[in-house]
Amino acid sequence: MTLPQRLKAENLACERGGRLVFSNVNFTLNAGEMLELRGANGSGKSSLLRLLAGLNLASAGLISYENGSPDLSLAEQAHYIGHADANKPALTVSENLNFWTTFLGGSQTQLQAFNLEVLADDQALLLSSGQRRRLALSRLHCAHRPVWLLDEPDVGLDSASRLILQNHIARHLDEGGIALVATHAEFGFKAAKTLNMGERQ
Amino acid sequence: MMRGAAFALIKRDMLLARKQGGGAGAALGFILAVMVLVPLAIGPEQALLQRIAPGMMWLALLLAVLLTSDRMFQQDFEDGSLDVMSMGHLPFELVTLIKALAHWLTVGLPLALITPPLGLLLNIDVYQMPTLWGTMILGSLALSMLASIGGAVTAGLRRGGLLVSLLILPFYVPVLIFGVAAATASLGPTSSTPALIVLSAITLMSVVVAPWASATALKAYLR
Amino acid sequence: MQKFANPALFLKLANAALPWLVAITAALFVAGLYAGLVTSPPDARQGETVRIMYIHVPAASMALFIYVGLAFFSAIAIIFRHPLADAAAKSAAPIGAVYCFLALATGSLWGKPMWGTWWVWDARLTSMFVLMLLYLGYIAVWNSIDDPHRAAAIARVVAIVGVINVPIVKFSVNWWNTLHQPASILKMGGPSIDSSMLWPLFLMALAYTMLFLTLLLIALRSEIATRKLRQIRLTEIGNR
Repeated sequence: MTLPQRLKAENLACERGGRLVFSNVNFTLNAGEMLELRGANGSGKSSLLRLLAGLNLASAGLISYENGSPDLSLAEQAHYIGHADANKPALTVSENLNFWTTFLGGSQTQLQAFNLEVLADDQALLLSSGQRRRLALSRLHCAHRPVWLLDEPDVGLDSASRLILQNHIARHLDEGGIALVATHAEFGFKAAKTLNMGERQ
Repeated sequence: MMRGAAFALIKRDMLLARKQGGGAGAALGFILAVMVLVPLAIGPEQALLQRIAPGMMWLALLLAVLLTSDRMFQQDFEDGSLDVMSMGHLPFELVTLIKALAHWLTVGLPLALITPPLGLLLNIDVYQMPTLWGTMILGSLALSMLASIGGAVTAGLRRGGLLVSLLILPFYVPVLIFGVAAATASLGPTSSTPALIVLSAITLMSVVVAPWASATALKAYLR
Repeated sequence: MQKFANPALFLKLANAALPWLVAITAALFVAGLYAGLVTSPPDARQGETVRIMYIHVPAASMALFIYVGLAFFSAIAIIFRHPLADAAAKSAAPIGAVYCFLALATGSLWGKPMWGTWWVWDARLTSMFVLMLLYLGYIAVWNSIDDPHRAAAIARVVAIVGVINVPIVKFSVNWWNTLHQPASILKMGGPSIDSSMLWPLFLMALAYTMLFLTLLLIALRSEIATRKLRQIRLTEIGNR
């Protein structure tokens, strides 16, 4: 990537089922910056992330993504980790991850990113909720994506895993990536911009 | 890269069908049950059974495929897999096409291969069997494709089973008519070629239309 | 905040047009029924039973026409995102279904004296039956999906795929019918129809069309009111 990327949202609004979830959302994120989304239940954190992931339509406003790959959409250049894990209980940890690696166009599965090597041949069915979360988060390293959209990624994680996640995000930002993270509580990440979704502008 | 993603998806769905069960196995049980119920319902008269055998077998195949359709996208929708799939480099229409193909390979095709010999229970004329194999292999592809529309339309519904039947059965009418017509004609004075050609046309058309329809319906659920 | 175009203009037009439409529809039905049931001659072969035709034929052709209309409105909704197109398709469906049922019921009544049985798997009756199933499926989609936007998006797909299916079913059933139908059964209608029968038929077709338009406007009006009500409720919940 020659030029640093930049993700910009202007006056975004989102409607779901005829109800206005949020309106007037503005932010600019340059390469290496992270945005922490805060707000109560129903304030639209998840909707905003899904919107950026192309899973939702904006009812108003503009998203511009500069200096990414010209022939790819923003969604194709983003990782989205939502509440649902997107893994199959019947498949093993490595089967799940190998699939996503190939599907998302990556080259090698990174089981070690979240210390899952020891669980590689276990069915995802047998994992604890924290381990399942780590499996879902491992998708971040299946293939390179400059934009990370994480919806409460630390739910169910112990403090050690949370630290690992923070390190991964920090490295992603150091490499010129962009991250948006929705959190309930303090995510505890330094140098993050914050956006409070609950407040009506 | 896209080819890799396509193969990965078809491999995953086939692996899942094998590990989770409930695919061709349960559907085969359903077909066997129909084969038993038909003589019980209409009587064991051999000539009558022989006459209605191709139609009954097609009906059993069609309903068996239909019964497996409401789960085609439901799990992937609920566990968030479809979210991630819609963000890959593979066009979403290809994702739905591949998932329907995987359904055919794991449900439609095995059933199409197994059902004709089961017709012996209905005293089927063995000379009809090759044609039945042909029409069922071809027609089951259309059945799987059309079932994917029903599966996509009801992916987000708790009780989608009945709605799937109502939605999809009208689309199964042409497949049923030409599938049975070809098998029947294989005995009689007329040729079964015209029916086979029309059945191929219908199958091709379903391969074109179903991925678009499924993808559009699923996107409405993701939003 | 409302991305929907204001349907106020439509409502104004509809309210102005409705009394006229009702009057024209009523007049056409009186004229058509009088011409069909009283003044037109009985058929040489079928006798008085031929009069069922004036109820049956327009219902059948309108049922088909309205289904094509569903797909047309759905395509408009996809291509132009016109806010009223989905509502129009949704409102038209039950009317079409009732026309379809009317066609099936009168066809059955006509079959009894003609064929000596209430139901015959005649090609036309059979494809009409499948059309009825398509209508019921379309209506069921609207009824089983709670979120109206989602329901609209999915109903569009069902309508468009359904309209592709209609000619295929028609073709298949004709084929099937020639394979199975005994030749002794009389075909309905016939190639030549006397002008004394054509006129009442034409009047009745017009009456059915105007009735459809009238009912569509009424249904659309209440659909718009329902939407407005929903919007008000949602804003109330949002302010809580």
